[in-house]
Amino acid sequence: MVGHLKNRNVLMFAGVGLLFVLTGVLQSWNLSLQILNIGILSAIMALGVNMQWGYAGLFSTGIMGSVALGGLAVVVVSAQPVPEAWAAGGPRLLLSLAFGLAVIAAAVTAYRRMSGRVRNWTVAAILVAGFFAYRAIYDPAVTAIEAFNPAIYGNIGGFGLPSLLSWPVGALFAGVAAWAIGKVALGLRSDYLAIATLGIAEIVLAVMKNEDWLSRGVKNLIGLPRPWPVPYEVDLQKSPEFIGWAQNWGFDLITSSTIFVKLLYMLIFGIVLLALIWISERMLNSPWGRMMRAIRDNEVSASAMGKNVTARHLQIFIIGSAVVGMAGAMLTSMEGQLTPGNYSPLRFTFLIWVMVIVGGSGNNWGAVLGGLLLGWLWLIVENAGPVFMGYVTMPLPAGALKAHLIDAAPHLRLVTLGAVLLLVLRFSPKGLIPEK
Amino acid sequence: MDILNALVAFLNFVVVPGFSYGSQLALGALGLTLVFGILRFSNFAHGDTMAFGTMWVILITWWLQGMGIAAGPLPTALLALPFGIAITCAFVLGTDRVVYRFYRKKKAASIILVIVSTGVMFITNGLTRMIIGPEEQSFADGARFVMTAQQFKDMTGLQEGLAIKSTTAITVVMAGVCVALLFWFLQKTRTGKSMRAFSDNEDLALLSGINPERVVMVTWLIATALAVIAGTLYGIDKSFRPFIYFQLLLPIAAAAVVGGLGNPLGAIAGGFIIAFSEVFVTYAWKKVVLYLVSVDLAPTQLLQLLSTDYKFAVSFSILIIVLLFMPTGIFKGK
Repeated sequence: MVGHLKNRNVLMFAGVGLLFVLTGVLQSWNLSLQILNIGILSAIMALGVNMQWGYAGLFSTGIMGSVALGGLAVVVVSAQPVPEAWAAGGPRLLLSLAFGLAVIAAAVTAYRRMSGRVRNWTVAAILVAGFFAYRAIYDPAVTAIEAFNPAIYGNIGGFGLPSLLSWPVGALFAGVAAWAIGKVALGLRSDYLAIATLGIAEIVLAVMKNEDWLSRGVKNLIGLPRPWPVPYEVDLQKSPEFIGWAQNWGFDLITSSTIFVKLLYMLIFGIVLLALIWISERMLNSPWGRMMRAIRDNEVSASAMGKNVTARHLQIFIIGSAVVGMAGAMLTSMEGQLTPGNYSPLRFTFLIWVMVIVGGSGNNWGAVLGGLLLGWLWLIVENAGPVFMGYVTMPLPAGALKAHLIDAAPHLRLVTLGAVLLLVLRFSPKGLIPEK
Repeated sequence: MDILNALVAFLNFVVVPGFSYGSQLALGALGLTLVFGILRFSNFAHGDTMAFGTMWVILITWWLQGMGIAAGPLPTALLALPFGIAITCAFVLGTDRVVYRFYRKKKAASIILVIVSTGVMFITNGLTRMIIGPEEQSFADGARFVMTAQQFKDMTGLQEGLAIKSTTAITVVMAGVCVALLFWFLQKTRTGKSMRAFSDNEDLALLSGINPERVVMVTWLIATALAVIAGTLYGIDKSFRPFIYFQLLLPIAAAAVVGGLGNPLGAIAGGFIIAFSEVFVTYAWKKVVLYLVSVDLAPTQLLQLLSTDYKFAVSFSILIIVLLFMPTGIFKGK
């Protein structure tokens, strides 16, 4: 029985692999590899969500927020510094942020130490006065920073450190945010976590779109360095070694350089993915993992056995978000630019959810399979959808209706995805690779 | 010091917009809270139901406009509204029959229903975008103003004008009528009473012979009608864009939670609390303050607490405060 299941799983992975091979043969290897790299990153995000949902039964709709925070980490760590902007307002800005945190800490302390009506008024007074004082320090600093050469900079710049370093920092950012939100919303009804996380994700995105000093907002931040050891295509095309190698094999120089870069990304992302799967499997099969599943399956009895349900939920919520945040950082460092407009809840929250549920909640390999399969489907429909719709509408005369149908084709994937989610939940709720 | 002008500016830029936005949120939150009370899950597809229904209202409005039919000074959309509601109700009852009923029979955990509702959300959202496209549409016609700022200035001789858009007046009146009808229905009719009984105690209601499928159906119908009305009012007041309607889910859910999930009265209060907080925090108070202080004290900045881009942060903060300090909401929901 076990052997039979194993074979089935291997076959399914082989099937997904075949999809990528077919894309490579029929369309282009560049496209296939590009989809695969994003698919691997989606699989990592799905692993993180699977920890929250599959191990612990937490439904968070703020995945997009973790991805975006990961992207922000790349800017903070590896964007080139802008000394002029820093000199204009950097220290004052840091002071204002520290002051803001101090105000919140003071309010929390007052809330804990005092009692009755006096407490409520004191906390309110600290927060209101603190807010205005914070703005008084913060606003001039931001104006000064954003005034410096806004066409190119207008931001405070990053530390200019290697991009690879931003991956763990992305995990840290997302983890800290998850701690704050988890402190508030965990331990309440499960729906509240869903609504609260949906909100925090939108706020993270609003900050990234509007705080120009941080990451240039919707003006986008381009030219982020690549992670070691990925070279630039232009440099490859000039390197004599690479030219010699390509000529030796009879490859086109430009195509082979782009494919080489993508293969390198695939290798690095693949190593990270495998390491994460290994760690996740170890976690899941440890006493800790059994405790998590016990809590998921029956919170009341687990807490009667002396397990601190809320604390364990907070722990897994932070770990899962951190994994997603790291994948977000990897995505941004591969793209080399931060475009806040690209973060949409449908793509980065709900799609990841569908991946986990289709792949198999609670099973790490299932989450990875779902990530690769739906990652492929999502991007291939984007590329092939209009072409397909063109064939379907061939008999129609050219006109408004035909143009509308072809324009509408990319939205078909939303309907398809919703239908896939509903069908899997209804007829095969354990997913493609069920939990053991 | 010019208190009258300050007051008029305050009414014009804070109270009136807050009132119409609050009415729209309240109608949306009522639908969400009713579904929660009866079916016991937070319906993530609610914002997209609003978008789907508003889309049909827009399409029918265009068709009516093409036929040369208009409602005089009122927007044509009001004529199209019943048809939009009917189509959307049919769609929502279809999703209940095909999707939700299965999980209800199985007595699935509420979180499963929430996830299922995100699947419905995907489909509804996709259909809306396929049929009308993701772009912004505006479909308001009829008279623009009940009272323009100039008319008010001529009438009162004040410096500041108070404009009442006709969409604002329609929104507030329609919301009032809907709420009155809903409460009459819930308090006085047999079906309404059985809905409240079902919401209070499902087992007891079943024992007293209430037909659960009928209660569920009526709930979906009312929630959908309210959602389409809210969506249409928001659309003629501002404009229609599928993505904006998806995002409206957040303030609507915040309103429902703040008022206490499952409590209709709370949903209305919550809608106004969220709307007024949003307007208060994102309004640039300079204009009002200028009338109140002497010239040498005049502020140089806009006096805006938060930029309008952060309006989600307002709903969210209120949501968090309520969750922390009174988890069942102000009006004691579930």
